[in-house]
Amino acid sequence: MNAPDDIPYGSAAPLRESYLEASARERAHGLCDAGSFVEWLDPRARMTSPHLAALDVPVAFDDGIVTGEGRLAQQRVFVAAQEGRFMGGAVGEIHGAKLTGLLRRAAHEKPAAVVLMLETGGVRLHEANAGLVAISEIQRAVFDARHAGVPVIVLIGGGNGCYGGMGIVARCCDAIVMSEAGRLSVSGPEVIETAQGVEEFDAKDRALVWRTMGGKHRYLLGEIDCLVDDDLDAFRTAAAAFLDRPSRLDLDAVQAEHARLVERLARFGACDDARDVWAELGIDDPSTLTELDTAEFLARIPARTAHEDGRDDAL
Amino acid sequence: MTLSECLDRLFPGGHTVNVDGDVVAGEGHGASGRVALIGTTGHAPIGVETALALAQHVLRVMQTWPGAPILLLVDNAGQRLSRRDELLANNGYLAHLAKCLEVARTRGHQILSLVYDQAISGGFLAAGMIADRTYAVPEARIHVMNLPAMSRITQIPLERLESLCASSPVFAPGVRSFVKLGIVEEVWENDLSRSLNDALADRSNDDRRAETGFARGGRLLAADVARRVEAAGR
Repeated sequence: MNAPDDIPYGSAAPLRESYLEASARERAHGLCDAGSFVEWLDPRARMTSPHLAALDVPVAFDDGIVTGEGRLAQQRVFVAAQEGRFMGGAVGEIHGAKLTGLLRRAAHEKPAAVVLMLETGGVRLHEANAGLVAISEIQRAVFDARHAGVPVIVLIGGGNGCYGGMGIVARCCDAIVMSEAGRLSVSGPEVIETAQGVEEFDAKDRALVWRTMGGKHRYLLGEIDCLVDDDLDAFRTAAAAFLDRPSRLDLDAVQAEHARLVERLARFGACDDARDVWAELGIDDPSTLTELDTAEFLARIPARTAHEDGRDDAL
Repeated sequence: MTLSECLDRLFPGGHTVNVDGDVVAGEGHGASGRVALIGTTGHAPIGVETALALAQHVLRVMQTWPGAPILLLVDNAGQRLSRRDELLANNGYLAHLAKCLEVARTRGHQILSLVYDQAISGGFLAAGMIADRTYAVPEARIHVMNLPAMSRITQIPLERLESLCASSPVFAPGVRSFVKLGIVEEVWENDLSRSLNDALADRSNDDRRAETGFARGGRLLAADVARRVEAAGR
C-alpha cells in the first residue's frame, strides 16, 4: 500500500502483515508478544450454535470468536477477536456470551487492558433476540470492566467493518484504533439502502461508503483515537499505548462529550457529504484526502488538541 | 398503548410531561415518590438529534435531581436509518446516551424502562435495554427486524422463518419471546402504578438477564458459556 520504494533490498525493513487479511486467530496471536496468547474455549470445545444448526446453516466450533489472554508489551491483556469470515462476525448467543464472560473476568482479574478486535455486522439474525440481548450484556460488561479500572481498547480494521449494536458498544469503550479500511457505524449501507432506497444510500458506491464510515472520516470527526496503517504491528503498537490508561467514565466526562457532540451537530449537521465536513474543518482540496496514505493524511489535517484525560479531542 | 393512557395508568396521582417533537420528558407522582420520565413517542427513529436530546435530559436529571429514579418510556422505530445520521456517527450519539445512563446508574439513580408501544433493534438497545431492568405492556411490539427483511438478508424462505417463530423464542418477534429470554423482566398488566412501585422496591442493578433467560427456558447457553470463559485455564 504505502511501503516506501527506496529501501534497498536486504535492509531491515519489517515485513508487514496485513490486519485486513489476517484471520481472527492470526490477529489475536499477532497482537500478543510472541507465543504468549492462550486461547480460552478454543475450537476443541465445540461451541457451536444450535440455532444455526436448526436452520441447516453451517456452524463454527468457536462460534466465530477467539477469546483468551496473552501479553502485550510484557503486560497481561485479555483479547477477543471476531472472525469476519464466519457469518460476517455476527453476534449470536454463544459468540456474545464468550465476549461477556471475558469482560466480566477482566473486571475481577484486572489485566492491563481488554483488547477487542471487532469485525461484525452486529446481531446474527438467525438468533436475533439472543444476539441483541448479548450485545446489551456486552455493553454492560464493558462498563463493569471500565468501572474496575480496566481499559477496554477496540481495534477495527477487518473487511466487514464494525456495525450494528457493536458499533455502539465500540464507542462505549476507552479507545478505538482503526485503519482506513475499517468502517464504524450503527446502520450499514445495505440496511439503509434496503429500507430507504438507493437514492438515500447507494451501498455499491464504495467511495461513498468509505468516506462516510471509514477510518479517515471517523478520525476527523473525533470518533476514534488512532488511525493506523493496515498493519498488524501498527495496531499492536497503537494498542500498547493505551495499556493501564483508563479514560474516565463520570459526569465530567459525559458532559464534555455532550458538548463536543452538540458542537459537531451544530457545525456539520447540514453537511450532505463527508467532503463538506472536511471542507468545513478547513482542509484544502478535501476530495484528495482519500488518496493519501496514513502518514500523509495525518500530516495534512488540522492538529487535534490534547484532552485533559490524555485522549485526543476533535469534533 | 398511547403515551397518555400509559402515563395516566402509571401515575394516577398525576404527572407533568412535556412532549417536544418525539422526545418525552417530565415527572410522574408515584405512590412511593416522584419518578423522572425520559423517553420517546410516535415510533421515533432514534437519530443524532433524538439521542442527544435524551442524553441532555439524563444529564439534567443527574444535576438537578440527584438520585431520582428514572423511568425510560420506550416507543421507537429503531435507530434512524439515514446516510446523514451515519455521516455524523449515530453510533457515537447512541453510545453517548448509554454512557450518560451508565453514569447515572453509578451515581445512584435507579433506571427502569417500560416498552409501552414499540421497541426495535438499535433503538431498543440504546434507549431501553440499557436500564437496570426492562418491562413491557402486553400489547407492546418488540423485534430486531421484520420477517420479510430477515428472509431477504438470511436468504432463508419466509415460510421457514414463520414456522421457526412458533418454536423458537430466540428468533420469534414479540413480547413473549423477550420475556422468555430474560430481556423483559416482567409484563405489566392491570395496575401499572402498582407494578412500577414493586419494580422500584427492587434496588438491585446487576445484569441477571442471562440467568433469568435460563431459568425461564428461553436462553439455555449464554449464562453457562460466560461462566466457562470466566473459569477457563484456571
